[in-house]
Amino acid sequence: MYRRKVMAGVVLAGALGLTACRQDMHNQPRYKPFAATSFFGDGRSARPAIEDTVARGQLHLDQARYTGKENGKDISYFPIQITRADVARGQERFNIFCSPCHGRLGDGHGMIVSRGLRQPPSYYDPRLVNAPVGHFFDVMTNGYGAMYSYASRVPVDDRWRIASYIRALQASAAGASAGASQNGAASPQNGAVSQNGAGQSGRAGGLQ
Amino acid sequence: MLLGGTLAVAYITDRGDWTTSIRMAPEQPIPFSHKHHVKDDGIDCRYCHTGVETSGYAGLPPTETCMTCHSQIWSNATLTQPIRDSWASGKSIEWVRVHDLPDFVYFNHSIHINKGIGCSTCHGRVDEMPLTYRVNNLYMEWCVNCHRNPAKYIRPKSEVFNIEYQYPANQAELGPQLVKEYHVQSLTDCVTCHR
Ligand code: HEC
Ligand code: HEC
Ligand code: HEC
Ligand code: HEC
Ligand code: HEC
Ligand code: HEC
Repeated sequence: MYRRKVMAGVVLAGALGLTACRQDMHNQPRYKPFAATSFFGDGRSARPAIEDTVARGQLHLDQARYTGKENGKDISYFPIQITRADVARGQERFNIFCSPCHGRLGDGHGMIVSRGLRQPPSYYDPRLVNAPVGHFFDVMTNGYGAMYSYASRVPVDDRWRIASYIRALQASAAGASAGASQNGAASPQNGAVSQNGAGQSGRAGGLQ
Repeated sequence: MLLGGTLAVAYITDRGDWTTSIRMAPEQPIPFSHKHHVKDDGIDCRYCHTGVETSGYAGLPPTETCMTCHSQIWSNATLTQPIRDSWASGKSIEWVRVHDLPDFVYFNHSIHINKGIGCSTCHGRVDEMPLTYRVNNLYMEWCVNCHRNPAKYIRPKSEVFNIEYQYPANQAELGPQLVKEYHVQSLTDCVTCHR
């Protein structure tokens, strides 16, 4: 009986000894991305950029493409080439980043709105149908009223692709009702969007 | 017997669910629920884990991401108070890591995502977790098991983010087909993961 107890003790102690070895090289003194640190006051090892500095590769001279504006005014053309594939990419990004609030159809009836978030305007509102495409880029980049900026999560060219998809949605609605696109709004530079059926089928087939 | 017993106990405690804390959710500064956000509210993984397609790290969302909704909803609740505190102070929310590979192992999300390995294959039904826990131990055997035979686990790229994905009955045919189509290699050299 006594011997049994001793043996159990030895087994346990040995086991502890063996398991304890494992952590040695598991945590090395370097920071993985986003790891916390006590070195900086805010506890972040990933340092925010210092104000008024520009990291390499982030100086953007192409104003229209990176701000959606020219001489302070929203541009009304797409500063990058938009192909069918770009519209499809725009649709995918729209569904990830915008549809929770704006709904899959852009009518403002997203899931989060049904949970109490302020209702955004419908993209089919004439004011937004007529708004220059640079406005959409600007809203994504800088936020708008109660809506936060998506600049940190949606890269520049994807913002233009999302804008092209919104145009496709609007065009499908316009095609169904009025049949006309005012302001050249529904046909971006390269005319690729107008034949895109994504918006149409979305409205008819109920993607939601 | 003594040695055998010691090793066995060591092995069990070392590899068992207890030390590897599988299926046990660590306490978090905020009781964040994937079940509510993903299943009930339909938010895509990428809304919060933005880096997962393009970088090695899926990344945890910064406070700003929470604020896009919680500046307006649940904006007075005690449960969400740490979000507002973090936003006001600029101090990140200190999430406790659920998965944490040893530092001598190299892992990269984007390659797996781009070759048709879905989130749920490694992380399980996250959308059913009120608090996040691990379903796999992340041991070398687990990684290598798939690296030896990825055909068993691969799915169409369009389904990678589908957390409810079920492998089809004809996976034995579809698998090798996708492996060929996506040019998936079987990477078992030590330097793949230890570099
Ligand atoms: C978390 C919810 C939410 C998400 C996600 C969201 N928005 Fe919004 N959006 C809003 C709200 C709320 C408004 C109304 C803001 C106001 O008027 O104060 C709005 C307004 C807008 C407007 C109208 C601006 C105007 O001139 O009235 C546009 C355009 C827009 N959002 C585009 C987008 C795009 C594109 C995305 C995806 C990249 C997106 N939003 C994602 C909530 C959201
Ligand atoms: C609304 C934001 C949000 C969405 C959407 C979201 N997550 Fe998360 N996720 C978080 C937060 C916050 C954490 C950290 C807290 C925790 O571990 O629960 C986290 C943690 C995780 C972890 C554990 C990370 C670790 O510490 O090792 C995994 C795995 C994960 N998420 C997978 C997913 C998957 C898969 C999806 C899509 C099905 C998803 N998440 C959608 C916010 C989100
Ligand atoms: C796209 C909108 C959205 C984002 C982003 C979001 N939440 Fe939520 N959150 C919700 C909604 C909607 C609810 C209400 C849940 C419900 O009723 O289904 C909620 C509820 C909660 C609750 C209350 C308890 C619960 O689960 O119901 C907590 C805590 C919470 N969120 C934490 C977070 C944190 C932390 C983040 C950032 C990592 C975050 N949320 C990001 C929409 C969001
Ligand atoms: C091949 C397996 C595998 C797949 C597929 C996978 N993950 Fe992971 N994930 C891991 C491992 C392993 C870790 C731990 C990494 C570490 O500790 O360095 C991890 C960590 C995470 C984390 C913690 C933060 C980070 O970047 O380390 C999040 C969040 C996450 N995964 C989300 C996701 C999402 C969302 C998907 C699907 C798009 C996904 N994962 C697909 C294996 C996987
Ligand atoms: C379910 C299947 C699966 C699991 C589990 C898995 N992997 Fe992979 N892994 C893959 C596939 C498929 C590839 C892509 C092979 C190729 O390049 O064709 C890959 C590639 C990699 C690469 C190569 C990346 C590069 O840049 O060359 C690394 C590193 C890696 N995996 C590490 C890991 C580690 C570490 C784990 C365990 C924590 C793991 N993997 C678990 C399927 C898996
Ligand atoms: C697919 C990824 C992968 C490959 C390939 C791989 N390893 Fe590992 N290895 C891991 C992971 C993950 C761990 C940490 C988890 C664990 O301890 O099992 C690890 C841990 C180890 C450890 C430490 C074990 C411990 O208990 O701490 C050794 C030694 C090791 N590997 C050697 C090798 C050798 C030798 C090879 C080549 C024959 C190899 N590994 C190939 C992923 C890999």
